[in-house]
Amino acid sequence: MTANNEVLLHVDNLVMHFPIYRGVFQRQVGAVRAVDGVSFDVKRGETLGLVGESGCGKSTTGRAILQLYKPTAGKVEYEGTNLVTLKREPMRQMRRKMQMIFQDPYASLNPRMTVGQLVGEPLMVHSVTTGEEIDKRVEQLLELVKLNPAFATRYPHEFSGGQRQRIGVARALALNPNFIICDEPISALDVSIQAQVVNLLEELQQQFGLTYLFIAHDLSMVRHISDRVAVMYLGVIMELAEREELYNNPLHPYTQALLSAVPIPDPVADAQRKRVILEGDVPSPANPPSGCRFRTRCPIAVPLCAESQPEFRELRPGHFVACHLAK
Amino acid sequence: MPDSLLDVQGLETTFKTPDGVVHAVNGVSFNLKEGETLGVVGESGCGKSVTMHSTLRLIPSPPGRIAAGQAFFNGRDLLTMSNDEIRGVRGAQISMIFQDPMTSLNPVLSIGRQLEEPLLLHLGMTRKQAEDRSTELLEMVGIPNARERLKDYPHQYSGGMRQRVMIAMALSCSPQILIADEPTTALDVTIQAQIVELVKRLRDELGMAIIWITHDLGIVAGLARRVMVMYGGYIIEESPVNDLYANPSHPYTIGLLGSLPRVDGLHQDKLFSIEGLPPVLYHKPNACPFAPRCRWAMERCWKENPALEPVPSSPEHRVACWVDTKTGRPRS
Repeated sequence: MTANNEVLLHVDNLVMHFPIYRGVFQRQVGAVRAVDGVSFDVKRGETLGLVGESGCGKSTTGRAILQLYKPTAGKVEYEGTNLVTLKREPMRQMRRKMQMIFQDPYASLNPRMTVGQLVGEPLMVHSVTTGEEIDKRVEQLLELVKLNPAFATRYPHEFSGGQRQRIGVARALALNPNFIICDEPISALDVSIQAQVVNLLEELQQQFGLTYLFIAHDLSMVRHISDRVAVMYLGVIMELAEREELYNNPLHPYTQALLSAVPIPDPVADAQRKRVILEGDVPSPANPPSGCRFRTRCPIAVPLCAESQPEFRELRPGHFVACHLAK
Repeated sequence: MPDSLLDVQGLETTFKTPDGVVHAVNGVSFNLKEGETLGVVGESGCGKSVTMHSTLRLIPSPPGRIAAGQAFFNGRDLLTMSNDEIRGVRGAQISMIFQDPMTSLNPVLSIGRQLEEPLLLHLGMTRKQAEDRSTELLEMVGIPNARERLKDYPHQYSGGMRQRVMIAMALSCSPQILIADEPTTALDVTIQAQIVELVKRLRDELGMAIIWITHDLGIVAGLARRVMVMYGGYIIEESPVNDLYANPSHPYTIGLLGSLPRVDGLHQDKLFSIEGLPPVLYHKPNACPFAPRCRWAMERCWKENPALEPVPSSPEHRVACWVDTKTGRPRS
């Protein structure tokens, strides 16, 4: 997990709105503002953790980066190339370098394909290799993710959740990518299996110098795997910092509340913690609050918070916060 | 057993499937004292939910079958009661909340209708009384404008609020036991914290006993007084909460705690992972169910299934293992 300072991916003011249509003439009456102006960098070789509660736009951000959705506005630069304006064919070529691991290992693998076909598919689609070469590469990939290469002739239903997620990882690795977006790769798995998959991801990162964008809602796991962490709320990044800095000195009231809400598997330490219990629920992204989006649940909000959206500013070196009151 | 409210002995539950009989629960015994909070921890398929559902006879039969066991509640065996009798216990004296509040609520009945149902049924209230009591209950679980919101339907409530409604419903007849089956698993952490806080407050106010089923060792740490860890249809470790986290004794518990990164925590370079997969229970295990994944496993572990025995340091802390994991030697 040694990150150098070279920026691999630069996301600038990314906006992803999904229109809402109503009525007989299907006129647009509004938009779900899933991602509403998000900017960050991912450095080569690092793991950037992207955390937030459901509906905060973290997965949409990941998909918009890979152009699985066409962003409404903003720039996504990968090694200096803006992906948003890229034509179809060059974008297809770019996809070799960036891959995704999905959340649900039960839904993301075609049940009618064998493991060999699933893992070999990217190689065929991008016509990298053919025939026997593919079989060899598939064998190699299955070994990399610690599955028995003899499994290549089996179907996904014969595997457990953790094994299926390994198949997903092998598929993502097939084209030797540099950058992998892991979209909640472990949240569907049992606790003892989660550690297996996370350890595998970490080993592969070291072996191949991979860069990860790790999207998750589990703050403990994000702390474990990330070098830097960004916290999202209602389509906006609230805070971004180095891992230790963020967890030890959270400056945004949302981050503070979020961290204090995570249970610790230790009754003694848990009893000594100060809890910030947030009131209410996350507002709808179709109609977010004015000004700061967190103000409706914020324990320290002042009138200014309703008037203007706080700037995402660098309060300490490398530590960015979007809050009027953070010092 | 005067001091235990619920006393389950030797419970076994099986399910008939096209592939064979699954032995989901294989002889589980435990008790629950008045006002106590018991955490039941384990991964999917370990039998934690089936145990509690069996106790209340909520197992669909067929394919499920309670093959053996007794479950004494206030001195009467829940497993041999008539259907009418058990119906009088469920919802009134022992009530349950489930993981997914959306599928547990009826989408075409208003929240008020659903809240009033147990009051009319079990307590014989009039409509008017039931409505007043429902309003009180919604206020108790922290829903603003309670009387107005009784008219709303489940889809008009958020996930966290639906779970509050479920809790209100479960507590409506002042039960002695509340069984909570992963009630916060589908919720976000900030909402989970709200629900846990709510349950703690209500427990202190109303004094009911709670059985909290979860896969999250974190939640139980802050909530339960005693914890049972289940694996392969057995209780493999049982202890007062502090001692379990300070001195986990079963290899599975040790592994599970080691595989959890901590949000407050010292950074571990590598998570401790338990290799292999949980057992598939087509046969009732006749050896330790964890042996294939255990790094301490010795010959005996493959031949005999250990019983739950107290650890030397604490009589209330019991573990089912042939190996003393502190020394790595066989238990004497």
